[in-house]
Amino acid sequence: MKTLSVSHLLGIKYLKEEDLHLIFETAIHFKEVINRPIKKVPSLRDITIANLFFENSTRTKLSFELAEKRLSADVLNFSATQSSLTKGETLVDTVNNILAMKVDMVVMRHPNPGAAHFLSKQVNSCIINAGDGTHEHPTQALLDAFSLREKFGDLSGKRIAIIGDILHSRVALSNIYALKMLGAEVRLCAPKSLLPKHIEALGVSVSFDLMKVLNWCDAANILRVQNERMELSYFPTTREYSQAFGLTFERLNQLRKEIVILHPGPVNRGVEITSEVADSPHAIILDQVENGVAVRMAVIYLLASKLNIPIS
Amino acid sequence: MMTPKILLSEKKVNIMLNRLCCQLIERHGDFSNTILVGLQPRGVNLLDQLIILLNNSGIQDLHTGKLDTTFFRDDFRRNERTLNAKPTEMEVNIESKDVVLIDDVLFTGRSIRSALTAIDTYGRPNSIELLVLVDRRFSRHLPIQPDYLGAQIDALQGDKVKVVWSDSPLKNIVYLEKQNE
Repeated sequence: MKTLSVSHLLGIKYLKEEDLHLIFETAIHFKEVINRPIKKVPSLRDITIANLFFENSTRTKLSFELAEKRLSADVLNFSATQSSLTKGETLVDTVNNILAMKVDMVVMRHPNPGAAHFLSKQVNSCIINAGDGTHEHPTQALLDAFSLREKFGDLSGKRIAIIGDILHSRVALSNIYALKMLGAEVRLCAPKSLLPKHIEALGVSVSFDLMKVLNWCDAANILRVQNERMELSYFPTTREYSQAFGLTFERLNQLRKEIVILHPGPVNRGVEITSEVADSPHAIILDQVENGVAVRMAVIYLLASKLNIPIS
Repeated sequence: MMTPKILLSEKKVNIMLNRLCCQLIERHGDFSNTILVGLQPRGVNLLDQLIILLNNSGIQDLHTGKLDTTFFRDDFRRNERTLNAKPTEMEVNIESKDVVLIDDVLFTGRSIRSALTAIDTYGRPNSIELLVLVDRRFSRHLPIQPDYLGAQIDALQGDKVKVVWSDSPLKNIVYLEKQNE
């Protein structure tokens, strides 16, 4: 019987390759479950999960909530704007108060990098990182890799480009870890100002020429320009960014082959990707959303199976 | 140390498989409203053998499925092991159909209970029956009995009843692995 090597999902960095394969195998079964007339299994009927979102989210929050409900878990939703955090309560106090209500797992999104890691050391519960600042977003990388595996099968030797705001993107970092672990080649493409220094140390290559990268890759993951995280100006204008790094239909038509387009959402139509491309058959954006529920069900199921019921 | 002992020989298993097919044909006629569902993992082996024999009897176009019940089991989080699923292939519509659940060994009945819950997620069948090759008597935890039965066997609680399946209905054996011998 295979089991995960970790008790929390804090980042892809802390997982082993076997963990990724176990999550994918389990997610295949859950994808079948969520396509049944009755899309629910009773596995987690005695588990309560708190979704703590200290930062705005639509897709991830709904996806986690749906995954939890499909597994029959009880769900508590918490968003920072309506909480006692505004009255000065610390993160550990907030979480410990929630755990005192007999909550078994915590799914947390937080604006500070390392918040999930910190929490896993401070409180006695299973923590799932749903995005911590510019650090990691492990379930997004898992669903991206799962969607790519559906298209390509084994990712070993496949060429994947990550294009856009790498500097502020937790999706990029988690994707790099996951894709490298699965044996894919990864090339980043962004304006120099939106690339972290020494990123090549992670075993990826870098290019500033979008057309060359598109011709090189089998699939391209297009990232959003994260204006909300930018305190400085990283490029002159949005128009100039989209002229140099925006994915248009004309650019796709100039390629010698067909490539698969991913986008973690939310899409800024007309900036990093045009509507034509986002709505084209090349894009698997909505497949990613569907797979997100199955992958999150797999992660929650596998982590929950490590929470043994205390039988007295 | 486990010592395997033959409980049912290849010949006996073959006779039983043929008898089970005859009983199915008697009850289900041309199988037009019937779905045979093998329970993962080893009920699927039994299903495969029954399909061969039913085809040999002139019954083609059978509706079949493979059902995994892992996510419906009642022992999740009750031991150190993670329960890993096997593929489910239910591409048939079970609404108003007569379903026959197929498994190799009926022991406590808990797998069948989880199968009854799992099959519900595909709709409301007209009826559900149970076919097993081996029924371990006096070991049931739940009020579940088979409708079609190969053989009844008495075995001690710690013993294992194991069916070794081959590709042919002629070459399957049922072993008893006794503990502490």
